[in-house]
Amino acid sequence: MEWFNTWAADIASTFEKCFIRENRYKLLLNGIGVTIKVALLAVILGVLIGFIIALCNLSKSKLLRFFGGIYTDVIRGTPSVTQLMIIYFVIFATVNLDKWIIAAIAFSINSGAYVSEIFRAGILSIDKGQTEAGRSLGLSAYQTMTRIVLPQALKNIFPTLCNEFIVLIKETAIVGYVGLMDIQKAGDFIKSATFEAFMPLIATAIIYYVLIKLLTLALGRIEKKLRASDIR
Amino acid sequence: MIKVKGLQKKFDTLHVLKGIDVNIKKGEVVVVIGPSGSGKSTFLRCLNLLEEVSGGQILIDNQEITSPKVNVNTVRQKMGMVFQHFNLFPHLTIRGNITLAPVLLKKMTKEEADKRALELLNIVGLADKADNYPAQLSGGQKQRVAIARALAMDPEIMLFDEPTSALDPEMVGEVLEVMKDLARSGMTMVIVTHEMGFAREVASRVLFMDQGIIMEDGTPDEVFSHPKNERTRLFLSKIL
Repeated sequence: MEWFNTWAADIASTFEKCFIRENRYKLLLNGIGVTIKVALLAVILGVLIGFIIALCNLSKSKLLRFFGGIYTDVIRGTPSVTQLMIIYFVIFATVNLDKWIIAAIAFSINSGAYVSEIFRAGILSIDKGQTEAGRSLGLSAYQTMTRIVLPQALKNIFPTLCNEFIVLIKETAIVGYVGLMDIQKAGDFIKSATFEAFMPLIATAIIYYVLIKLLTLALGRIEKKLRASDIR
Repeated sequence: MIKVKGLQKKFDTLHVLKGIDVNIKKGEVVVVIGPSGSGKSTFLRCLNLLEEVSGGQILIDNQEITSPKVNVNTVRQKMGMVFQHFNLFPHLTIRGNITLAPVLLKKMTKEEADKRALELLNIVGLADKADNYPAQLSGGQKQRVAIARALAMDPEIMLFDEPTSALDPEMVGEVLEVMKDLARSGMTMVIVTHEMGFAREVASRVLFMDQGIIMEDGTPDEVFSHPKNERTRLFLSKIL
């Protein structure tokens, strides 16, 4: 049992060094806050941008379709780290905004391109007869879209949209590039300060995993509610 | 009530309607028959502007609805439409399907619309289904709900686009019964159908369409028993 005691003591001392000493756990806790802040704002803005771009892509106007096409093309064709750095160091270089807001904007611009394709596919998946039925009752195009097509489309795309949210949360792990201390950066910081790789990095992974697990469970509940009209 | 003058419809190079002229009076039940591809559904869809008209005029109560100045939405509120594939809104309950348009278009309050929905569901014999979703109904039931939904807007005209074509044979009768009651109540109806027995019994007029024009226009007896046109005779001999 001697070896076990030594091993346990070793673990305990590494743990103490990585997380307790100098209140290093606070770095991770603050990191969680930063990750959630950035991801949440990015998701909200991303859905908004995605919806607008989807409407552009589905519009009758050639100009809007052209704009939507370019947007999606450029965003999908460049790495998100590059986009983040361009937006942070070039476009918002002289703008006095909180770092995390700029980062969220960058991620939402990126996510919007993917979300727009999800929306577009969702809207196109709704049978034309639904629109015709709405219009034949005298509803306007807008009313038909918001009351008939979108609710159904949202239900269909919900799982895909959730997937995009999850990808986006993990994507935010690159905000360290513009000097934000998120979960990933906090783990990395502890690693450099302690010369211990295993514990901080595994802790980082566990925190991301738990966050995403919680989100998945919550979204699963919402999806169940959305499926209420499918009962036969 | 409905005046159609020289109605034309082209899809790119396809000339579907080649000049339709017809007058439909209030209370008439007009059944449109003809082979597939003859343009009968397109004609019906032009009447409530679901298809953009390529030429000619449609007047409803002397108002030219084909004029670009017309508010399409208000025109459509006067006309109910029933589709081959029902097109019920699957995310709404039966009650929700029926009350959506009247409430949204401020024709009724929520309470009035709910009450009206129940009355209409009673008429089509489905009052007990108000809180179900469309997926829980049979085809015939769905189509009866679709009729109730269209009636909720108190239309002056009802358009039916092959309302029984997507139904199992044993469900056709229940839908036709509802339509017969509606016809007896004096509703102006234009019906595209392949139900010749129904046409004979209920129609006040039968139009036979082929190749984008109306080939024959008369009472059911005239069209079915003494067709003047060779094409009509040929078509009837194939289906009767």
